[in-house]
Amino acid sequence: MLNEWLYLGIFLIIALAIPAAALLIAGMLSPKKPNPIKDSTYECGMETVGVSWVQFKVQYYIYGLIFLVFDVEIVLLYPWAVAYNKVALFGVIELILFVAILASGLLYAWRKGALEWV
Amino acid sequence: MNFIYDPVPWVINWLTQLLLSWGLSENFVTTLLYLIGAVLICLGAMLFTTMLIWAERKIGGRFQDRLGPNRVGPWGIFQSIADMLKIFTKEYINPVGIDKIPFNLAPVLAVAAVLAVWAVIPFSQTVFGSNINVGILYIIAIGGLGEMAIILAGFGSNNKYALLGAFRAVAQLISYEVPMVIVLLIPVMFSGSMGLNEIVQAQTIPFIVYAPVACIIFFICSIAENGRAPFDLLEADSELVAGYNIEYSGLKFGMFFVADFLHAFTSAIVFTTIFLGGWQGPGVEQIPVLGGAYMLIKTLLVYFLMLAIRFTVPRFRIDQMMALNWKILTPLALVTVVVTALVDKAIPHEMTVIRIGALLVVNLIIWLLADRMITIYRKRNPVQVVTGKLRPLARPEFLSVAEKETAQ
Repeated sequence: MLNEWLYLGIFLIIALAIPAAALLIAGMLSPKKPNPIKDSTYECGMETVGVSWVQFKVQYYIYGLIFLVFDVEIVLLYPWAVAYNKVALFGVIELILFVAILASGLLYAWRKGALEWV
Repeated sequence: MNFIYDPVPWVINWLTQLLLSWGLSENFVTTLLYLIGAVLICLGAMLFTTMLIWAERKIGGRFQDRLGPNRVGPWGIFQSIADMLKIFTKEYINPVGIDKIPFNLAPVLAVAAVLAVWAVIPFSQTVFGSNINVGILYIIAIGGLGEMAIILAGFGSNNKYALLGAFRAVAQLISYEVPMVIVLLIPVMFSGSMGLNEIVQAQTIPFIVYAPVACIIFFICSIAENGRAPFDLLEADSELVAGYNIEYSGLKFGMFFVADFLHAFTSAIVFTTIFLGGWQGPGVEQIPVLGGAYMLIKTLLVYFLMLAIRFTVPRFRIDQMMALNWKILTPLALVTVVVTALVDKAIPHEMTVIRIGALLVVNLIIWLLADRMITIYRKRNPVQVVTGKLRPLARPEFLSVAEKETAQ
């Protein structure tokens, strides 16, 4: 089993190394002629107005929060799914209760208007 | 083992014997073979992307009633190679004020996140990268790495449009992960393991028959995760110029492009493995290499379906996309999981036909109920038609008779 994870570790390193190597090769093959006009930031052809790092809308934070809740819920449900064939009907009742609690959370967020895109 | 019937394990075996006979230790030989395997799969996947880009452009052209590229070789097959050569020699423009490390790391991470999925996929009964027992969780986690590449790209370019594009992109991607992860519970339930090899081996009848609603939800979420049309708001070429890609040039942009197309094919492969039975098919016990052939055929069918959807359906708005995910797909996924768990537990496993029939009926009921609820909701809140025939016209004599009736 440990061998499998070794393969994954090697694969991740190779998967990072091959695009990096390709980028370096292309960096060697390509011309390098920077000038101030070419290097200026793109804003539809005009001069830039204001700071580039604009304010983060709070709606994105709310989506992230709901995603976090559901992701943790599902990650906690995966062991249940692996053991599904061996549990009796009681396990399914537990699933229903767990999912009902979290689905009521989603319903609450829905009714409170947290899922609207503003 | 025969070379014709099972080429890859034969080669691995021969190479192992050769290296051991040179006197190297067992662990070193294993590591060396893993290294060679990883390099071959990564290079093969990246070179295969040129074929995918060619196929997409030709098929897209045919959908749009034109030929695709057909000048550069017979049927234009060398077009992608010509494009790659061009992109290798373009200059890297580093705009003023960027953060060097996120800016340069983002394309590498985007491709790495897609390539890393290829490590766990079983290509046939004997050919697979690694058989970890948490394959599905690994695939979802690596998908999260791709999203990080987008935020790095948007933040590192010193550009408000890139940053806004990156925010929207990541909002879309994390939203569509939720139904995907929920629905992946169903194959895990049926096969009793999270490992992809076990899931494929449990599919004497493909899981698309057992759980069609789950399959459809997973397919829609895969397309949305990829950022393809109809969900391609992230790089809507006519709206955001190129989203988080604005300040990239040369091969860095090429890497994002490769990551996009390779992600589509990887989604197709993952879908085939989990829902369509992977390498299962008639005759794979005796001739394992047929498993690879079946896998390729099924994956190409799913990929063609993705292309067909891309070139047929118009783009969603961002609020429609978010509403679709949180208000329709997530509740549907939760209901599907709960109902499938109930029905599958109620019917003993021996009566296969009754089990499949009951599951299909239940899935159909869920689908029809969801459709009914959406219809009722749409009837109660109809979409306002803003302009109609009652607009003032500059030259009313050019209207046809019927339009003149409605305009009066």
